[in-house]
Amino acid sequence: MNTNESQSGFLRRFFRSPGGRAALALLLVLVAGAVFNADGAFFKAGTHRDALRQASVYGILACGLTLVIVSGGIDLAVGSMVGLGAVCCAKLALHAGWPGWMVVVACLVVGLTCGGVSGVVTAGLRVQPFIATLSMMVLARGIAKYVSGGLKISTAVKTASGAYEYVPVPALFRSIDTRLLGGNISMVTVIFLVCFGAAWLALSRHRWGRYLYAIGGNEEASRLTGVPVVGSKILAYAVSGLFAAVAGICQAAQEQQGDPEAGAGYELIAIAMVVIGGTSLMGGRGGMGLTLLGVLTIGYLDKILSINAVPEAGRLVLTGIIIIAAVLTQRRGRS
Amino acid sequence: MSTSSVPLVRMVGICKDFGPVPVLRDVQFEILSGEVHVLAGENGAGKSTLIKILGGIHTDFEGILEIGGRAVRPRSPTEAARLGIAVIHQELSLIGSMSVADNLFLGDLPVSAGGWVNRSTQIEQARQAISRVGLDLDVRRPVEDFPIAVQQMIEIAKALNQNARVIVMDEPTSALSSPEVDRFFERIARLKAGGCGIVYITHRMEEIERIADRITVLRDGRHVGTEKASDLPAGKLIQWMVGREITEQIPSRPSCAGRELLRVEQFSVFPDGDRQGATVRNASLTLRVGEVVGIGGLQGSGASDLLLGLFGAYGGNTSGGIRLEGQPVSIHTPGQAIQNGIGLLTNDRKASGLILPLSITANATLAALRGLSPWGWRRSGAESQASRETAGAMKLRAASLDMETGLLSGGNQQKVALAKWWQTKPRLLLLDEPTRGIDVAAKREIYQLMSEWTAAGIGILLISSEMPELLGLSDRVYVLHRGEVTAHLDRPNATPEAVLAAAMGQHVFSPATQSR
Repeated sequence: MNTNESQSGFLRRFFRSPGGRAALALLLVLVAGAVFNADGAFFKAGTHRDALRQASVYGILACGLTLVIVSGGIDLAVGSMVGLGAVCCAKLALHAGWPGWMVVVACLVVGLTCGGVSGVVTAGLRVQPFIATLSMMVLARGIAKYVSGGLKISTAVKTASGAYEYVPVPALFRSIDTRLLGGNISMVTVIFLVCFGAAWLALSRHRWGRYLYAIGGNEEASRLTGVPVVGSKILAYAVSGLFAAVAGICQAAQEQQGDPEAGAGYELIAIAMVVIGGTSLMGGRGGMGLTLLGVLTIGYLDKILSINAVPEAGRLVLTGIIIIAAVLTQRRGRS
Repeated sequence: MSTSSVPLVRMVGICKDFGPVPVLRDVQFEILSGEVHVLAGENGAGKSTLIKILGGIHTDFEGILEIGGRAVRPRSPTEAARLGIAVIHQELSLIGSMSVADNLFLGDLPVSAGGWVNRSTQIEQARQAISRVGLDLDVRRPVEDFPIAVQQMIEIAKALNQNARVIVMDEPTSALSSPEVDRFFERIARLKAGGCGIVYITHRMEEIERIADRITVLRDGRHVGTEKASDLPAGKLIQWMVGREITEQIPSRPSCAGRELLRVEQFSVFPDGDRQGATVRNASLTLRVGEVVGIGGLQGSGASDLLLGLFGAYGGNTSGGIRLEGQPVSIHTPGQAIQNGIGLLTNDRKASGLILPLSITANATLAALRGLSPWGWRRSGAESQASRETAGAMKLRAASLDMETGLLSGGNQQKVALAKWWQTKPRLLLLDEPTRGIDVAAKREIYQLMSEWTAAGIGILLISSEMPELLGLSDRVYVLHRGEVTAHLDRPNATPEAVLAAAMGQHVFSPATQSR
């Protein structure tokens, strides 16, 4: 056997693995970007920084969703929880004037609680995850509108006299909506990478992660092997809610306001990122590495279409087609 | 008494294979008008395959099937129904939320020219159909409002309404109370008088004696004989059912029973939380260190539920006492069972034993993962080493321990399932059909492993539906019939005949075990 042959064997095996296929999809998108580079715009560092920044909020959601999806569940409430997190964050930072760290802790507690409730309803009360998190999606959106009074919470704050007065942008918002490393990377991207790292550690290195794979692969067998099924699932939904709250804080900081409609539809983009990476919606297969590839693929796809000034209508149609194409390739690889 | 010379159904030289496995070999079977024909045989004798051929579910078979003297080959249950064959399965095919009338005419509604349902005609016809089986009820009420016994009769009424001449009943009394059974038998007598032929499958000797006109016995897919019920006493029937040559040798195992390991007293299991629906009733048994105790029983005996109940899989839906090495223990979750040193090999490794998409290592270490991951952080080095050691002990053959468990052969998958429990260093193993669906060589290795484990002081409770395996491996045997212990036999008295008689509801206790 010569080296050439064994190399092509290695490549073939690589592109047959879920990771290889997801990497191939990302590579194709990047090649498309290099070809349709919009007069060199694709080769500018700022383009990549913005692509990553725009993908980061979705990416944070995708991290939590991967935990839930690996366990065989789904969380439709993360988009609404972005709205709830953003509203809580803006309300506490702009109206109540809380210090940054207290705002963050309060928002995280809200996200953890909402996610935990989803988990208790689905794992404890045995409601299908689709229904349980659909209810939470509506509920969280309702709470967001209640907290905000249905209006965007901006830096223009109504005073006692009824006149509007602008409060300064809080330090929390400024420190999140900033760039690091000489302006080459956005703070939200760093936050996404931290969330990614935490989720990766949990899923790949912690006992709980192995339990989530086992539950997604065969819940009954897991139960009969002594896996704490209910607790592990509740924790997965709670962490998904926690990450959604992180995404909500980032969203509020970037928009410098708390929009009760923020995050609408984000859950679907985040699910698409997880699925395009190759994590199975049936549970038991997949991982954080795949999700990272999925986040980058959809993030770059969107950026490349936008720098080429493809109108929104065309962007949506193309994105839909590419998601289906990617998933079909994945499936062929498995059988 | 037959009303015509032509049998309703005649099956001759029926052969059927599942892949390389022959399930039926040259079977003949005849159903006459006005008779109850009991089809008897052990688990796996081929009864249900034969019924599925008759009912149009299995369509590729060899041999002749005649219905009403005409050779036919029903290609679907619908076609079989049109030919007059109705099969009433244990799981009824009625739709609970729909009315009795709608269920009776499902797929066959009386419609007018424009496709409109004539409601009053339908109700009237439904009432007539229901009265034919001796029921009087409001046909507009949903089926789920009625008890199982009535639902069964509704299903039979539905079959009659579609002009069924042959009604096949698979363990129809398993969910009925004893007064309901009496009423059910009266209705069967009425069906007989109306000229129907009834095929009746049951594991209860008492029912066979009460109801059978003729009996056909199958064994290992072969037709052993057909005889008038009056000419086939219970003893002879059981001989027909078990009299097989032992094809495989079970390695003999020195008995190394020591002190008492497990004592179960008055143990009941009610999976639905309702004591009326208990699947195990007041079972008591003991197991000593280094002993293999077999649990025999036919379908519906409750043996698997006994093991699941002991393992805590039914939560608090059990009652009675469990003692391990003399200490009373309370086990309400599988986790507690594992902490007490118990392992359970389930009878279906794909559905409830293994996580097929995960690696061999992940499966083999799953039950013992807590010990392998101090503070929750997994250590892949320790995991692979543990998995390598157990794989070696189990003589597991796999290209790599990182490969997906689902890609292994049946025998190797079973070894992974055993490896999982070996990892937890158990003192008590509950093995439910440990050799189901695996090849002869792997079977032999699993027998070998079992004798190594008992030599090391592990006690084993074993369920096996293969009689030679059950008797060959066990030091003692308990037999369950409908959730109750009907026999406790020591090795010399554990004959196939005694076990089968007990499994069909006769109480048998050998002298030596009487006192325990």
